[in-house]
Amino acid sequence: MSMNAYVTLSAVLFSIGAIGVLTRRNAIVAFMSVEMMLNAANLAFVAFAKVNGDLTGQVVAFFVMVVAAAEVVVGLAIIMTIFRSRHSASIDDANLLKY
Amino acid sequence: MQIHMQEAASLAQASGVSSLAWLVIALPLAGAAILLLGGRRTNAWGHYLAVLMAVGSFVVGVLLLTDMLGKPVADRGVIIPLWDWIAVAGFHVPVALQLDQLSISFVLLITGVGSLIHIYSLGYMEHDPDRRRFFAYLNFFFAAMLTLVLADNYLLLYVGWEGVGLASYLLIGFWQYKPSAATAAKKAFIANRVGDVGLSLAVMLMFAVIGSVTFEGVAKAAPAVSEHWLTLIGLALLLAACGKSAQFPLQSWLLDAMEGPTPVSALIHAATMVTAGVYLIARSHAIFDLAPNARLAVVIIGGITLMMGAVIGTAKDDIKKALAGSTMSQIGYMVLGAGLGPVGYVFALFHLITHGFFKAGMFLGAGSVMHGMHDNVNMRRYGALRTSMVVTYATFGLGYLAILGIPPFAGFWSKDEIIKAAFGQNTFVGLVTLIGAAVTAFYMTRLMAMTFFGTARWEDGVHPHESPATMTVPMVILAFGSVFGGMALVFVGNIQSWLEPVVGFQETTTAPSSAVLMPTTILLVLVGAWIGFRKYAMQAVPVEAPANVSWATVAARKDLYGDAFNETVLMRPGQWLTRTLVYLDRRVVDGAVNGTAGLVGVLASALRRIQNGFARSYALTMLIGAAILVAVAMLVRMS
Amino acid sequence: MAWLTLLIVLPLVGAAIAWFAGDGLARQVGFVVALVTLGVSIAMALAYAPNSTAFLQFTEHVDWIKAFGASYSVGVDGIALVLILMSTALVPVTMLAGWHEMEGGSGSIRGYVALTLILESMMVGVFAATDVFLFYVFFEAILIPMYFLIGRYGGAKRQYASIKFLLYSLLGGLIMLAALIGLWVQAKQQLGHGTFDWATLSQLHLDPTTEKWLWVGFFIAFAVKAPLVPVHTWLPDAAAEATPGSATLMVGVLDKIGTFGMFRYLLVLFPAASLWATPVVIILSIVSIFYGALLAIGQSDIKRLIAYTSVSHFGFITLGIFAFTSQSQSGAALYMVNHGFSTAALFLVAGFLISRRGSRFIEDFGGVNKVAPLLTGAFLLAGLSSLALPGMSSFVSEFLVLVGTFTRYPSEAVIATFGIVLAALYILLMYQRSMTGMPGETVRERVTEMNRREIVAIAPVLAIIIALGFVPQVLLNVINPTIDKTMHVVAVADPKPALEGTNS
Repeated sequence: MSMNAYVTLSAVLFSIGAIGVLTRRNAIVAFMSVEMMLNAANLAFVAFAKVNGDLTGQVVAFFVMVVAAAEVVVGLAIIMTIFRSRHSASIDDANLLKY
Repeated sequence: MQIHMQEAASLAQASGVSSLAWLVIALPLAGAAILLLGGRRTNAWGHYLAVLMAVGSFVVGVLLLTDMLGKPVADRGVIIPLWDWIAVAGFHVPVALQLDQLSISFVLLITGVGSLIHIYSLGYMEHDPDRRRFFAYLNFFFAAMLTLVLADNYLLLYVGWEGVGLASYLLIGFWQYKPSAATAAKKAFIANRVGDVGLSLAVMLMFAVIGSVTFEGVAKAAPAVSEHWLTLIGLALLLAACGKSAQFPLQSWLLDAMEGPTPVSALIHAATMVTAGVYLIARSHAIFDLAPNARLAVVIIGGITLMMGAVIGTAKDDIKKALAGSTMSQIGYMVLGAGLGPVGYVFALFHLITHGFFKAGMFLGAGSVMHGMHDNVNMRRYGALRTSMVVTYATFGLGYLAILGIPPFAGFWSKDEIIKAAFGQNTFVGLVTLIGAAVTAFYMTRLMAMTFFGTARWEDGVHPHESPATMTVPMVILAFGSVFGGMALVFVGNIQSWLEPVVGFQETTTAPSSAVLMPTTILLVLVGAWIGFRKYAMQAVPVEAPANVSWATVAARKDLYGDAFNETVLMRPGQWLTRTLVYLDRRVVDGAVNGTAGLVGVLASALRRIQNGFARSYALTMLIGAAILVAVAMLVRMS
Repeated sequence: MAWLTLLIVLPLVGAAIAWFAGDGLARQVGFVVALVTLGVSIAMALAYAPNSTAFLQFTEHVDWIKAFGASYSVGVDGIALVLILMSTALVPVTMLAGWHEMEGGSGSIRGYVALTLILESMMVGVFAATDVFLFYVFFEAILIPMYFLIGRYGGAKRQYASIKFLLYSLLGGLIMLAALIGLWVQAKQQLGHGTFDWATLSQLHLDPTTEKWLWVGFFIAFAVKAPLVPVHTWLPDAAAEATPGSATLMVGVLDKIGTFGMFRYLLVLFPAASLWATPVVIILSIVSIFYGALLAIGQSDIKRLIAYTSVSHFGFITLGIFAFTSQSQSGAALYMVNHGFSTAALFLVAGFLISRRGSRFIEDFGGVNKVAPLLTGAFLLAGLSSLALPGMSSFVSEFLVLVGTFTRYPSEAVIATFGIVLAALYILLMYQRSMTGMPGETVRERVTEMNRREIVAIAPVLAIIIALGFVPQVLLNVINPTIDKTMHVVAVADPKPALEGTNS
């Protein structure tokens, strides 16, 4: 089994996610992009776990999923609250926390 | 150190009466302490206590003298050890008193004249609200001055030396509310401090070179020390003497010191403290004997001051300042005499004692005149006081004859010998002293004439009257001193052989004979006096000082530009320097520190801008950071 | 008996009691505790054996952090003893003199008293510590109470002043910490185990270059503390803003840590480097003497003026330390004590004046002598002590420094001697401007005579100043043996008088 395909796919997904985070203004989309980056990492972990023949990578992938789930819960709640008060889901509008 | 130890044996420790010498100092010190600490409670009787302490001190002094006279000459000098003051490694300084012919002479002069002035002050300061403080300071001065002359080492002398400086500071500035008095006091202290640097340096040199700072240790070791060091020590001592005795170039404070109450001028700034420089030089004769160059410097300084003081005295209309100029000049004589070496020490000290009598008497007379003239010091508003103030006139007149050196009055005996010794040293120096004597005669006659002769030029409402007995009696006693002091010391006291064991004496051999010199001196003095009398007693004296006068008079009125010199050379550059330094300290030294702090602040506020609140720009930063980290990690792994 | 621990703990306990006693009683409690502490330190001084062969006495040792050899070790030599005596004597005096001065600040009365007592405990600790790490801890920790004393109870610019004070000292302290670690590493390399024990460290054989670097590290910290020009500018600000009582403790005691550290650490731990650096330190000292004096002359603020006079005096102290003669070093050690008392007198009397008039500026006074002669007298005496008038204690120490310096560095000593003229100038100018003349309206109205509490506070200080002027040997007997031992460590001997060489 060739590793290249998995790693390449993981890299592509990660890049798409990163570009999404950097370019999209909508908080939900940015959020989804972050999820995509996390899953790209997961893919790489699982693939390497398979190649190396131990379970560490898979365990880490589970951890990432748990963290991602928790993050979604908290993140979506924040986005919801911001949307309620500002009527906007754009992350650029939420820029009060600065110098 | 060993040297010091061995020699301590040669002056015997005191026993019997002489071991009580500390009482001379302790009595007035206790008086001062009681008066100062007792506060207002002592107002009623404090001044009497002060007088009592002064007289008590004099009585102890007389007892010490009689005790000393009962001993053979060789045993007259004794040491009274009190306690160990400072002992660090080789540097041992005891608190100990040295009682010998020299110090006892000073003790008697100080306590004798001083007690009279205490009594005089009872009358003079009667109505002053701060009388208690005045007497406390006078007592304090007593203690300090006696410490100065009784100390057995240079460091303890230093304590007295600055102690009298402090007393002088406090008493010149006694009327502190007058800004002129406060300034004069400060000036005196600062000028004295410059002199004190000299004393400090002398003590340091003595310790570094000889390892001892006692008079005895230094004197014993002096012959073994190279002349180079002795000259340096001598010059340092001369600087000290210049400060305390108002010698050129530190002379300018003495004239301003006349801001103090007149008894103070009489006691401190005429009879005792200002002569301390002469005492110091005579006490250090072992050094000066072997350092001819230092002696030459002493003679030059004495000669310059002698002439300066005399010239200043001719132009002053303020009676006290004219007398102060005269004091400067007379101390110039003493310093010059002391600089002549063994031929002169004795006569310098002799002149110091006679001067103590007649100058103190004249100052008290001046105080009495001021007392009668509503504290006016301007002689142009005096005149014809001889009838209304008979006692003052008579006593002042006797002092006048004494300072002129008219035989057989006190000054004649001492001044004449200095002139003779000066001629023995060098004809030029001799001529300086001779001319000085003539000028002295002129300005003293001027002073005498403007005050007591001529026509009355009194201000309105002034009714001169004779002073009370507390003031006149001391004047009379001092006048006796002016008349008989010289003769008594020559014929009864035999001053030469009395002081010889301490300071050494050597008859001058190179001087022209007295048969020529003495008539010349007297002739010149009479000429000077005649000119003065013609100009100021026989002609009318204008009430205002004439404005169109020669440059010489202008210079003399301005104290020969002593103050102007100090101001332009020392004060103004000093002020500029302090101002600049204060500015630099704030702007540059502290500025550098505050600037660094400011720079950090500026940098921080610039960096703060990066925190712009846009989550996506943070994401980009993180991404770049992560990319760099990965890149670095990979590079490290590859290499 | 654990004298030193007692002296460290007693004020701490007192601080706690004062805090819980509340604002009403805190001062009384604090004053009593300070007096008891003074009594204990006097008792300790009486138990001290000056001629013992041991460098340190009353030593105690308890392991603290075994992992890197730090311990709670205390002990005193003659210098530390007299400094502890001085510190414990000054605390009750400043408390009594500043009875009301903590009322205006932004903190509470009990806080002030507690902080002062904590400060006292640390002052004892810093002089008593014989473990270099413990010394460092006290050296830094002492900044905290002082920081709050300035920052909460000081004048208008107290925030600025307290931060400046803290930053300066911290910076110096950090550099010292680096040197400290360097020293520990050296010990580890040579002994196999790291230690901070002062006596052990003094036995190390340091490589000359390392020794110089370590010396510099410690020196910077001490120079900031002392303070020497050009790292002095925190002092005038801090002293001017602090209350007179805290200013006294800061200038009179805290600054001595610097000069004490030079004796105890620079000279003993790095003798060769100390000799190597002597020319620089002597020049810095002379610059400090004149710079401080000239700036004092130019000040218009009484407290800043006093602070600058201290810069000048510290120049004399460091000059004495680094002239390496028995006289100059004994003089320097004695100077530290005398300066404590004379600065205390100046600051406290100035404090009395300032609190009455409500201004720190000299020009706002004038003619005080007419309305408050006793206060004027106290001010003059304090000033005379600062200008080292013979008969005052400071004269003995200043002269010892000068005479000792002269035997080794004559020209430097001659230059320094002229400093005494400037000293007269700054004191007398201030005195003339503030005390003489006719009093103005405000002075007449506000400046009153000293009250009984103030007299009781200031009289002992003035009495000590005069008494020590005539019997300085009381302290010198304690100081001299320590100086001898220090000189022995540095391996220098006094220059012999020129004459003895030629005669024998």
